[in-house]
Amino acid sequence: MVATPESLPLPAAHEEPRFRTCASTGLKIHLAAQTLIKANAVTAVVFLAIGGLFGLLVALTRWPAVHLLPADWFYLVLTAHGLDVLLLWIIFFEIAILYFASAVLLGSRIAAPRVAWAAYALMLIGGLITNVAVLQGGSTVMFTSYTPMMAAPNFYLGLIIFAVGALVALGVFFGTLVVARDERTYEGSVPLVTFGAITAAIIAVFTLASGAIILIPTYLWSLGLISMPDPLTYKLIWWGMGHSSQQINVSAHVSIWYLIAAVVLGAKPLSEKVSRMAFFLYILFLQLASAHHLMVEPGLSSEWKVFNTSYAMYLAVLGSMIHGMTVPGAIEAAQRANGYDKGLFGWLRHAPWGNPAFAGMFLSLIMFGFIGGISGVVLGTEQINLIMHNTIYVPGHFHGTVVAGTTLAFMAGTWLLLPLIFQREIIWPRIARWQPYIFAIGAGGISLFMMGAGTLGVARRHWDITFADASMSFSYPPAAFLMMGLNGICALFAATGGIMYILTVVATVLWGKRIADGQAVQLASPKARVVTEYGSIEHPKIPGTIILTVIFFVAFVLYYYVNWKYLAEVWPMR
Amino acid sequence: MAIAPPADRMWWRTPVARPEIIWIVVSFLWGLVMFFTMIYWHAYGKQNLSNETYRTTPMKYSAKVDEMVGKFQVRDDNGIPVVRPPAGGDVYMLARTWMWYPHIELVKGQSYKFHFSSLDLQHGFSLQPVNVNLQVHPGYEHVLTFTPDESGEYSVVCNEFCGLGHHLMLGKIYVVEK
Amino acid sequence: MSNQEHTNERVPVMQRVLDNPFLLLFLGVTMPTVLYIIWGIIEIAQIPVAP
Repeated sequence: MVATPESLPLPAAHEEPRFRTCASTGLKIHLAAQTLIKANAVTAVVFLAIGGLFGLLVALTRWPAVHLLPADWFYLVLTAHGLDVLLLWIIFFEIAILYFASAVLLGSRIAAPRVAWAAYALMLIGGLITNVAVLQGGSTVMFTSYTPMMAAPNFYLGLIIFAVGALVALGVFFGTLVVARDERTYEGSVPLVTFGAITAAIIAVFTLASGAIILIPTYLWSLGLISMPDPLTYKLIWWGMGHSSQQINVSAHVSIWYLIAAVVLGAKPLSEKVSRMAFFLYILFLQLASAHHLMVEPGLSSEWKVFNTSYAMYLAVLGSMIHGMTVPGAIEAAQRANGYDKGLFGWLRHAPWGNPAFAGMFLSLIMFGFIGGISGVVLGTEQINLIMHNTIYVPGHFHGTVVAGTTLAFMAGTWLLLPLIFQREIIWPRIARWQPYIFAIGAGGISLFMMGAGTLGVARRHWDITFADASMSFSYPPAAFLMMGLNGICALFAATGGIMYILTVVATVLWGKRIADGQAVQLASPKARVVTEYGSIEHPKIPGTIILTVIFFVAFVLYYYVNWKYLAEVWPMR
Repeated sequence: MAIAPPADRMWWRTPVARPEIIWIVVSFLWGLVMFFTMIYWHAYGKQNLSNETYRTTPMKYSAKVDEMVGKFQVRDDNGIPVVRPPAGGDVYMLARTWMWYPHIELVKGQSYKFHFSSLDLQHGFSLQPVNVNLQVHPGYEHVLTFTPDESGEYSVVCNEFCGLGHHLMLGKIYVVEK
Repeated sequence: MSNQEHTNERVPVMQRVLDNPFLLLFLGVTMPTVLYIIWGIIEIAQIPVAP
């Protein structure tokens, strides 16, 4: 850490910002930033609890043997589930990460804390307005709210207020970067984790701007002031928000992977250049994948579809594949240098699996890559989308990215945030220790079983796959019902892991043993020290990672072409 | 560490290790392979989505549907007409809350020019158990050619949420040998 | 580390690009706006009226 003069010239009207120095990491923490991080993170967890409960109700209704809710409640709860977890949980937590990665990691004061509080208030009010609108029952339009389906005006109004609030928070983040640079709180380039956060913030600007741009006319339409936004144009711009918001997640959770590997194991990226270029590919191309939702739409050319769905020739996938090697590679190099050098996987066997931050992070990495990542590319292939669009394969895929990937990574990050930012000892370490595994089994399971059911044709967002009340009869194959049942069981695991997380976090924040300002906590595994490489630079010793990478690649190629084969078997069409 | 500024101020000049370079090259090439597979399929594959789309209105489109039903109806399913358009001819499918109208009878191995549009909301045409899925928009007429290659009774599920009766929406396409 | 001002070594161009968040912001918003949104809207606007 670079020493910084305590008193810097500040605008006269401001009071002097107050800092504390973290005894565990040496980070200099602006107290105003710390409070903002706490507020945003706690709010995120509350929305996760609400949205997660709705998710459980959805899964229990789609479990054919249980079929819990009546149709109207099912569709209402599904709307609320998407809204609360995909938007509110994720973005509140991301704002906390952005403040952490800017103010805390750069040792800077946060720019304009009052504005940051205004942003927080806007986001909270917006989120509440939309939730109330949904629960009142007049806005059962799904999270996507495709026109011509119309929700109550407050549904759109709340989302607009939320998006504006989040945009203001992003302004505070970028402002903090400027403050840190101008006040020289660090030397040279920002840390890699901060760079990843910048990537997330940039994608968030596009995301929230798209949302505001399309929801404002939709709001005016719901008030009867203007004519209806064209359904196709609405969908195009809406997905600029709907899909890109999940790309914020990818950038943010990859940053968390690097963060946890660094804090727990002292891992250092194999190459700053390679990891940053991978993020740069995200900045340029990741958002084009909004087109994934428009592959079987009328009126858009195949040229547009192929170019956008492939993130311009898969250049953003290249970024993810790079992170997929460099994160475990950095961990392996660090572990080997720390003395766990036996065999191919001794470094992995002796990883701190009992530390929930590490366990959650590594499970997130594996499941995001193997489940969410591969299925996302396959699903987003222009022609293969014909056999998957709007089937439950789609939620299967994005539970592999957003739940098994992002949510698990954010949970893992929370186990570090509690001692570092909340200055509380985790109140029930044994529950925390098992939490990542239970949640991972659930999240991985729901992803895989929904994907399986989707391959058999089961529709997403559908109350009754037995069509008991329809005028005609039809039944999906029995295997599809089995998959939906297994999905329900896995949802129970995910819910259990979620409850373990939420209760432990809330109890820790309220009643956890206080960690005094000067008191250090053991975050890193005992042997960890900062290491950059093991072996020589030309031949770093990461054979285990190379094998994992090869397994991943073979799985990817096989699964990709198996799906082309499935496609080749359906009715010829042109 | 990833949470501190790079120790080497000129980190761009730090050489990259060989496994990373190899993986970057492999990943990049794999991306190109996947990209060109889509283009290859457009040239040689048998399942590609047509881009033929027109702007229409619910009134104009239902007139075409009604005309087809009037000409080619052969029977009915609980009051919903079943039409058997001539092979190679046009098939007008209408989606509305909460039905697919009309039901269709096709001859195996023949090609048909399908038209899709919605009267009200967005709907999802999900042909089961073939598992082909298309989005159907109001105000747009999507035209594509299907060649059913197996006979049997097929169901059309709606897989785009379209209100409280969404799960009641079930149409039929029959494919017969002759 | 802090004697960078005394060295006359120039920071490589690409590193300077990656160190400039506002340039990155510009690129990251412009690319999807042009390639995804504007191109998409142009295509939708060109859909002909049904015969």
